[in-house]
Amino acid sequence: MSQPVPEVGANMGLSIARIDARAKVTGAARFASDMPVSNPAHAYLVTSTIARGRIVGLDETAARAVPGVLLILTHLNRPPLLPVKHFVAGGAGITTMPPLAGPEIAHNGQIIAMVVADSFEAAREAAHRFTVRYQRLAPAATFGSRGVLEQRIADVLPERKDPVLGNAAAALRSSAVVHDAEYATPTQHHNPMELFATTAHWAGDELTVYEPSQFVYGLRAGLAGQLGIAPEKVRVVNDYVGGAFGSKGALTQRTALVALAARQLGRPVKLVATRDQGFTISGHRHETRHRVRIGASRNGRFTGYHHDQWELNGRTDPYVNGGVENAAAMYAFPAVMSTGRMVRADRDPPIFMRAPAEMPVIFALESAVDELAVKLAMDPVELRRINDTDRNRVTGKPYSSRSLMPCYDAASAAFGWQRRNPQPGSMRAGDWLIGWGCATATYPTQVSPAVARVRLLADGTARVEIAAHDVGTGAYTVLAQMAAETLSIPPAQVSVAMGDTLLPPGPVSGGSVTTASACSAVKLACQQVLARLGLPSGATAAQRTAAFEKLKLGAVEETGNFVPSSSRSQTTGGLYKGSVDISGGVNAGNGAPTMFAFGAEFVEVRVHVRTREIRVPRIVGAFAAGRIMNPRTAHSQLMGGMIWGIGSALHEHTEIDQREARYMNDNLAEYLIPVNADIRQVDVILVPEVDTDVNPAGAKGIGELANVGTAAAVANAVFHATGRRIRELPITIDKLIMG
Amino acid sequence: MRPFTFTFATDATAAVQAAMAAPAGPADRAAQGGGVHYLAGGTTLIDLMKLDVMRPAQLIDITRIAAPQMHAIAISPQGLSIGALATMRQVADHLGVRRDYPVVAESLQLAASQQLRNMARVGGNVLQRTRCAYFRDTSWPCNKRAPGSGCAAMDGENRWQAVLGTSEQCIASYPGDWATALMALDASVQVLGSGGTRALPFARLHRLPGNTPHIETTLAPGELITGFFIPAAAHTRRSLYLKVRDRESYEFALASAAVALDLDGDTVRAVRIGLGGPVAVPWRAREAEALLTGKPLTESNAAAAARAAFAGAKPRQHNAFRIPLGQQTLVRALLQAKTMELAT
Repeated sequence: MSQPVPEVGANMGLSIARIDARAKVTGAARFASDMPVSNPAHAYLVTSTIARGRIVGLDETAARAVPGVLLILTHLNRPPLLPVKHFVAGGAGITTMPPLAGPEIAHNGQIIAMVVADSFEAAREAAHRFTVRYQRLAPAATFGSRGVLEQRIADVLPERKDPVLGNAAAALRSSAVVHDAEYATPTQHHNPMELFATTAHWAGDELTVYEPSQFVYGLRAGLAGQLGIAPEKVRVVNDYVGGAFGSKGALTQRTALVALAARQLGRPVKLVATRDQGFTISGHRHETRHRVRIGASRNGRFTGYHHDQWELNGRTDPYVNGGVENAAAMYAFPAVMSTGRMVRADRDPPIFMRAPAEMPVIFALESAVDELAVKLAMDPVELRRINDTDRNRVTGKPYSSRSLMPCYDAASAAFGWQRRNPQPGSMRAGDWLIGWGCATATYPTQVSPAVARVRLLADGTARVEIAAHDVGTGAYTVLAQMAAETLSIPPAQVSVAMGDTLLPPGPVSGGSVTTASACSAVKLACQQVLARLGLPSGATAAQRTAAFEKLKLGAVEETGNFVPSSSRSQTTGGLYKGSVDISGGVNAGNGAPTMFAFGAEFVEVRVHVRTREIRVPRIVGAFAAGRIMNPRTAHSQLMGGMIWGIGSALHEHTEIDQREARYMNDNLAEYLIPVNADIRQVDVILVPEVDTDVNPAGAKGIGELANVGTAAAVANAVFHATGRRIRELPITIDKLIMG
Repeated sequence: MRPFTFTFATDATAAVQAAMAAPAGPADRAAQGGGVHYLAGGTTLIDLMKLDVMRPAQLIDITRIAAPQMHAIAISPQGLSIGALATMRQVADHLGVRRDYPVVAESLQLAASQQLRNMARVGGNVLQRTRCAYFRDTSWPCNKRAPGSGCAAMDGENRWQAVLGTSEQCIASYPGDWATALMALDASVQVLGSGGTRALPFARLHRLPGNTPHIETTLAPGELITGFFIPAAAHTRRSLYLKVRDRESYEFALASAAVALDLDGDTVRAVRIGLGGPVAVPWRAREAEALLTGKPLTESNAAAAARAAFAGAKPRQHNAFRIPLGQQTLVRALLQAKTMELAT
């Protein structure tokens, strides 16, 4: 990888190393399952091996005979729990289905028992000796399976409207050139390195939970509601989260079970679910199907866009992503139509996974645009330039800023795109066919209310406190930088505390909102601190010392309440109650503009002429996302996103046995992601962009930007190399060597 | 994982005696290898114990056996000897092996990950069990894990299952790489049992699944692999291992070929071909060798040999692509070996 740190351009902060880097690489950073508790008991889950039916018999005899077994929770003895609301309905739950609610089985891998013992080994052995008899019914596993239920999303969730503009059907009928094709993306699993762990510890009626979470306030609210206790009696702590990508965003079934067991045993209980159990207890990226029609005139002007999407879901909860509204906003489509459908099967509930809506939808759109360019015999970059737009045509609202074509120009120049021979199969190195492809990356710029507390001491040190989360992105560092910058002190003098419900509530770490939202709250709090001290921005240390002496204070502490203008709520009150309030993108309220970050990615693939392995020797991405708080951590995020994108293009795919709707490659040897040897040169270009409209921090989220479009860029490059168009991810040897 | 007793052996004979003396183990564990197992690197055995697939009653750790021949890598005019307790890394890194038997070094270097290669021993490696997901997940019927229960892979997600050497009872693939090189180079394996040491051709170590897929080798209970021998031959230096997979490292072979060539100009004086990937057991492609011997190594002759190598292949729903892929892999390996520069 050629650049450890990218060039710093205008409107960018300091390129400093992460303030938690040393703790992480030395093992000093404590993750949820590292948190010490006194004399914990250990839990091990038992999960169902059928997808549909009911439990007709449990035999616990052998399991109970294992020395050290303390408790076996099943649907027969689970203490009562109150209902949980799904996050689509404003709650915290990944599902409304209570854990161990009864004998019914709704999906394969459903938790059917939890064994608690003195040791992990005893709990595991007992779990293996626990036997279950089922009355099995044939499940519907996926699209096309017998027994699935197809629903129009707008019929189930009336607030989810399909984007529509003009008469797309008529526009397509009268177009000179029409591209019409179907695309598919598979089930994927987040597989964060840190497993799904929960430790629960009661002290009297107060419960402490150590669990990796992307929203500690939401987890607290949901869990307290389930247990029927006041949220103030529950504390959720996670100093560090070892990767999440969406899988730790909601309250899952396991947490209440661990809390119940700890209460019943009067002893802390610790659960670390196994890697394979993680595949069914904490969600996945939903499988999708698309039919995309794009019309164009001979000179390349788009005439109409018709994008139908099918999203696979479980039966228990109406989780949907949509995303076509973002695709429709991308180019100057004069007419748009779309129908979103969900298909209900006997599967565990899906959940957001890094660019949940955008990754599948933009794969389809950006593949289709490339196919249309081939039909028009046009350069695919020029086709996008012709159809660039300064406003979302569907809503009519202008973009707050949009640097899509500057990104294309920067990435294309760095990549050497002008040397491309457009003829498929024309570029070659020995036995390797070379293909070059490109695609657009995009992600809505969203924000959430956030509350931060900042304390400035007379000695020039500061403390930032906010229950936001560093899921591995560098949030600790950029929050310290924002405080340092606003208070005019060195970043090394700022300490940051996060991931604890004793702190003021930060936003959910979802929708790429953390930097923009938390930094905006920190900036507000810092400005209030300066105001209390009567200090101008950029005040010197001497001025600060004088101000403290004048007020006879040792420290000043302020709480910044940030509520974005686009937000539907007018206060941060909901945040304290654990409710999510994300706004932005195409649907910002209160007259806000259309807000997106953009990028352009160029990929070279090599495909072996005989054995058809696909390798990616280089990828270049240029991104514009408003103020870049820290080019170094931004570079890491964007580079990681592109690598993730390569994985989505070539590797990631959860295999499902259709007969039992059961995941088959539920381990990291067979659920493939790129390894170091797959990743060669990754170049990140930060295109300077100033956008003062998006939020006080002027920052657009980049956590989910760079893995959008990568799969299409790879697919487009594979077509250029081989003349074969693969419309179903992942693109594997099978698909290229057959036929 | 079930409880087990754990002992160390410090010499091979004592290990075998301890294994022979061990009780057969509980009847309910018999199908899961319920008796005694030797433990070396543990990279397969411990993994399968955690999954509750293997349930040994007793493990004998053999890594403390000090006998030099169990660890040595030695090249003589007669051939290459490798002790069973050498690690994959040691053999892969051995300069003499890399020069004179490159296919051996490459097959190990391209297997697993560096961490696993540091732990795993070459003796245990040849006994690595299948990665068939239906074998590894105890919720499914599997004739290999639970004889007579059926084969769930047959009509399941069988992209990873074999097309060569399968039976009506089992289509699991043998996952290893180094065994493919041993097959190609006519290796033999030394085994210590109660009656002393015996040697057998490596090609006779593994059994085709047939009607008894749960019996994977010809080893008698308690027998211990102590080493391998590869005879010197004119073809060993012009040899290579080609492994094709979805990603560059840390993945089992979708298809692989171990080839060794002795050329007279363009004409094949001798050729040895082992095939890995979609094979039920380590595989030798003797038909392909016969077609090539005495002929010029051209692309069309290589392609004809590759077709012959897969003539008996039986694809299932998701693994038919491994036939053309296996053929192309072999063609590529042969042509690459033809032009390879020999190490000096």
